[in-house]
Amino acid sequence: MRKDFLSVERLSQTFPDGAGGTLTVFENASFGIKKGEFVCILGHSGCGKSTIMNVLAGLAEPTSGVVKMDGMAVSGPSLDRGVVFQNYSLLPWLSALKNVTFGVKARYRDWSREKVVAHATKYLAMVGLEGDVIHRKPSQLSGGMRQRVSIARAFANQPKLLLLDEPFGALDALTRGTIQEELLKVWSQTEQTVFMITHDIDEAILLADRILLMTNGPFARVAESVEITLPRPRERTEIINHPNYYAIRNHLVQFLGKRSKELAGQRSGGESQSPETVRIDMTTTTTDPEPAPTPTLLKAVNT
Amino acid sequence: MQTMSLNMRAAILSVVLLVLFLGAWEISITRQILGEALTEYEILMGLGQQRSAIPPPSDVMIKAWEQLRDPFYDAGPNDKGIGIQLAYSISRVLSGFGLAVLVAIPLGFLIGMSPVAYKALNPFIQVLRPISPLAWMPLALFIIQDANSSAIFVIFICSVWPMLLNTAFGVAGVRADWVNVARTHELGNLRTAFTVILPAAAPTILTGMRISIGIAWLVIVAAEMLVGGTGIGYYVWNEWNNLDLTSVIFSILMIGVVGMLLDAIFASLQRAVTYAE
Repeated sequence: MRKDFLSVERLSQTFPDGAGGTLTVFENASFGIKKGEFVCILGHSGCGKSTIMNVLAGLAEPTSGVVKMDGMAVSGPSLDRGVVFQNYSLLPWLSALKNVTFGVKARYRDWSREKVVAHATKYLAMVGLEGDVIHRKPSQLSGGMRQRVSIARAFANQPKLLLLDEPFGALDALTRGTIQEELLKVWSQTEQTVFMITHDIDEAILLADRILLMTNGPFARVAESVEITLPRPRERTEIINHPNYYAIRNHLVQFLGKRSKELAGQRSGGESQSPETVRIDMTTTTTDPEPAPTPTLLKAVNT
Repeated sequence: MQTMSLNMRAAILSVVLLVLFLGAWEISITRQILGEALTEYEILMGLGQQRSAIPPPSDVMIKAWEQLRDPFYDAGPNDKGIGIQLAYSISRVLSGFGLAVLVAIPLGFLIGMSPVAYKALNPFIQVLRPISPLAWMPLALFIIQDANSSAIFVIFICSVWPMLLNTAFGVAGVRADWVNVARTHELGNLRTAFTVILPAAAPTILTGMRISIGIAWLVIVAAEMLVGGTGIGYYVWNEWNNLDLTSVIFSILMIGVVGMLLDAIFASLQRAVTYAE
């Protein structure tokens, strides 16, 4: 087993609760991500996903605990950790291309202007933005196009770790589907390590190698790490026929619907809380997956 | 009429209103002069003089033509072309305004970025801002001991506040997301200020500059009436002392035209830096 490229060790975050006490969002959370891995984190609102993301990005300081990347503790924001924000965070006075070159120029300060533009154009093309579109301002682009620019900006910087904070949350379902596929395409070409927050179970299954499941806050923790035992390359229309798909999906739905509440509020008692690895594989008979819920329940969840 | 564009219709209406106004003005004054033929007694007593002293628009137009044909003549301290007078005023306004830019924008950045600086400087700003700029004039004349520089100082002090407050407001209002973009790209403070905060706050800053230049142009006329010597404000007052109302009306018109041009310049600058979110 390879050593973790990114390791989060005993991360805790507390905020003043406004009544003189403190509110512990999560406590002693520990997990790791391997190089080239695509990891999604799923959990209810308020469990501290965004806080973990901000700590990884270096935009927030944890109350205690460390984040190590390549064995080195990280502090403060860095070009090695690229971020795609939920609201795109494009600079509205710059064109799509200039938004990407903004990042490239910051990353590769000694590059010539031509090289910067060529590099930016290449990454915009990878997310399907070509021609005149790249000279438009963000206000003249649709939500989906804006997020594509934002993804291109992050990938063009070739960070060691790419952080995606609910990147498709504000998009309609159809656009989301297309961009998910583009993200998969770009990711498979670049072998980037990706850590992504999402609310969408199907999105997480389609994209991730592994899904981290968080219990509800306060005292939230990363309870499980579910391996997505679906072969790549994945197609949205094909993976649903794979025997593992619904088994995994049901497990996730059960966790978010029921167990995340049951497991909530458990204090760590000073222990480091690493997630329990769950591997569901229906193609072999040795594993014992969660009991499958009834089909009617499944349909209800699907809608 | 239906086929005419909105702008065309508005332009025609403007011209009609102007013609009506000038026509009414012209007629009312010629009537006065014609209708009230003065008796010898009245002329001797100096009656009727005051009324006929208001010039009709035709006289003003003739005056304008004479002045604008040769705006830059210089025949001594009390007889300079309108172009020279306006140039004096504009140069004072631009020097005072330029100094205000140099002070207000860096200081506004500081106040906008640092809550401590904001809280510390706010009481001073709140007390100094409502002071009429002309109230500074005696103090300026005493300390600087130079009329021209005092006028420039008055312009400086009146244009500094809108710019300072708008810069601070614009800088403080820059979206945290954009600053985070700069932080995740490891931009230093100076680069963040120039590549993210300045363009983000530019529309608000330009709004402040536009307000300032408008106020500066209002104040320069009054300031020059006080300090005298040169400038459009002095010119207006001098012509009033000469009882040359034709020149007074003409220069009032020129003050309006120059003010409009200054505003138009800043409006176009503002448009250039405005972005849609």
